[in-house]
Amino acid sequence: MSTESNPSQALKPRTMFEKVWQQHVVVEPAGEPTILYIDLQLVHEVTSPQAFEGLRLANRPLRNPARHIATVDHNVPTTSVADRLVIADQVASAQVNALRKNCAEFGIELFDVEDAEQGIVHMIGPELGATKPGMTIVCGDSHTSTHGAFGALAFGIGTSEVEHVMATQTLPQDKPKTFRINVEGGVNGELPYGVTAKDIILDIIGRIGTDGASGHVVEYAGSAIRALSMEGRMTVCNMSIEAGARAGMIAPDDTTFAYLKGRRFSPAYEKDPVGTVSAIPNYPDSFNPPPISRSPWDLAVEQWSALVTDLGATFDRELTIDATKLAPNVTWGTSPGMVTTIDSAVPSLADAKTDADRKSFERAFEYMDLKPGTPIKDIKIDAVFLGSCTNGRIEDLRAAASIVDGYHVAKTVRALVVPGSQAVKHQAEAEGLDLVFKSAGFEWREPGCSMCLGMNPDILSPGERCASTSNRNFEGRQGRGGRTHLLSPAMAAAAAITGHFTDVRYWKFNSKEGR
Amino acid sequence: MTPINTLTSTAAPLPLPNIDTDQIIPKQFLKRTGYGDFLFYDWRYNFDAAGHTTPNPDFVLNKPEYAHAEILLAERNFGCGSSREHAAWALNQFGFRAVIAPTFADIFYSNAGKNGIILCRLTDAEVETLIQRSTANPQHQITINLEQQTVTDDQGFQAHFDIDPFRKHCLLNGLDDIGLTLLHKDKLDAYEAKHNEEFWLAPKAQATA
Repeated sequence: MSTESNPSQALKPRTMFEKVWQQHVVVEPAGEPTILYIDLQLVHEVTSPQAFEGLRLANRPLRNPARHIATVDHNVPTTSVADRLVIADQVASAQVNALRKNCAEFGIELFDVEDAEQGIVHMIGPELGATKPGMTIVCGDSHTSTHGAFGALAFGIGTSEVEHVMATQTLPQDKPKTFRINVEGGVNGELPYGVTAKDIILDIIGRIGTDGASGHVVEYAGSAIRALSMEGRMTVCNMSIEAGARAGMIAPDDTTFAYLKGRRFSPAYEKDPVGTVSAIPNYPDSFNPPPISRSPWDLAVEQWSALVTDLGATFDRELTIDATKLAPNVTWGTSPGMVTTIDSAVPSLADAKTDADRKSFERAFEYMDLKPGTPIKDIKIDAVFLGSCTNGRIEDLRAAASIVDGYHVAKTVRALVVPGSQAVKHQAEAEGLDLVFKSAGFEWREPGCSMCLGMNPDILSPGERCASTSNRNFEGRQGRGGRTHLLSPAMAAAAAITGHFTDVRYWKFNSKEGR
Repeated sequence: MTPINTLTSTAAPLPLPNIDTDQIIPKQFLKRTGYGDFLFYDWRYNFDAAGHTTPNPDFVLNKPEYAHAEILLAERNFGCGSSREHAAWALNQFGFRAVIAPTFADIFYSNAGKNGIILCRLTDAEVETLIQRSTANPQHQITINLEQQTVTDDQGFQAHFDIDPFRKHCLLNGLDDIGLTLLHKDKLDAYEAKHNEEFWLAPKAQATA
């Protein structure tokens, strides 16, 4: 298992994915998938009940409760604290209660609805420091790919697999292929003004298609990726699944370590030295430096730093994108790959590459009630949703707040901000962002998945058109008949003010405080 | 899981690419048990202004001639999007035992396997032929032979599909994955004891350091 014991393998340059994979191989039974160890399973109320029930029916224990963390996010109302404490929807309430009971019975730490750590499952893993470089992380949710931003191998699974991990802390897995996408920015990786991580990933999906990375683990690399904050990296990795990828990964670096240092479940960095550099024997004391104590944090950083892809390692596929040519993106159709730039128009049938695409285009025009050739800026919206595991982080709220500050939401628009977690909500309130949003006419909500998938009461009405910072524009995703356009937080904020899609690159800021 | 080898049935054509799991089973039904009635809900029903539903007579699964089809025909990237296994449960509970399409999304492919649904990847042209035949004649019979990895029909169609040998073995024998993994319990115990010391990979590092 350990490659260090095999010199020939140790010398061969390896990708980051390969290193993480090899370190988690428990056994490779002949003719069967590899049994891969899972470091962390995140649990939420919707995809876990049948898994717990399966354990009970088979009379199996949950093997490693310390490697499970649970929260409630999909179902919980975001309207008010009171609405969350007593959930009116009886079925949703029963599902939340079932998770509480299951966590108590099987010994899983649960971050419940009013805990300071509650939030969307993909927000709280990183916020707690539970998500770390080099780990294998799974969850019964396809956006588990988010955690790959830290250099973890993280992927979504079905409920049978959730049960499998509960019972064995492993998953049988066929080894995916590898795909490196290099995103090269300008000086120091800079993106063009007004272009964000969301625009990078929407561009990639538009380019390679919604099944373009099927069967692959994508490593995002290049100067533009290295220049992104952890928030931006999470946005990119989050939507890997929208390109069909098994997972997305970004190499850990100083940005990653700075984010993780001092978090609740990160290795301690001050106390508990675990090793010292010993003095060189037979030299005078004056020559030897004082013993350096190395904290668990130092050791961890050393381990994590070694995860980066070796020079000369090869990938099954590679793609390079010139990020200096990117513009803010908006999706026009019913698949995240149906995307174009703010300064262009809804495509025509002639732009469809295949017969199947043509059929999808026709269907999308009808569902979205859009005519080919309509300029994107002319499309009027009824609702704005700022939030989700894609764009519900503090940096996203800051970007949106800076746009809306000093303005008011258009009369015909209903706009809501749903922070991704309690931590983000509290941080935003400490910075006064809630006041900026509220005085601009936005609703300021409690954390959860909310209108990203509309499992709680936050849904669109049939025919309503929404500018959304979430991840899926499928038919009916935000409510039956609802029409979703995906875009960045700043672009969503601008659309809320003007009532139609608006190019943030020409935005006239109106902040009195110079935000 | 019930062992499965051959399946002969009529087929329901749903000639669209990128059919996502939100379409297969919309989110509002993930909170309950029993999913078959809600398969393709937004397509299967018409909704009046008050929200009352009536079956959409134009949707393939509402046509009596396709009511007993156990095979679903679709285009590329079937089952993309959300990881919800409810999609596989809904197909199963509705009565589908197999889906034939050019490609499937990864997570759905795995979920379907866990629920004894056979997924056959054929070429675009082969799928197109089957879709045309089932559309023209709802009595069109397709046979899937898992052991032989073949798809044939009553009009001389013959195609081969690839399937991972292990997955095939599990489907043929109705094997429980968890039981198979636990056969390696000794190796797992040894691995985990050593791996637990690597605190930089532990979810709660401060608790174990």
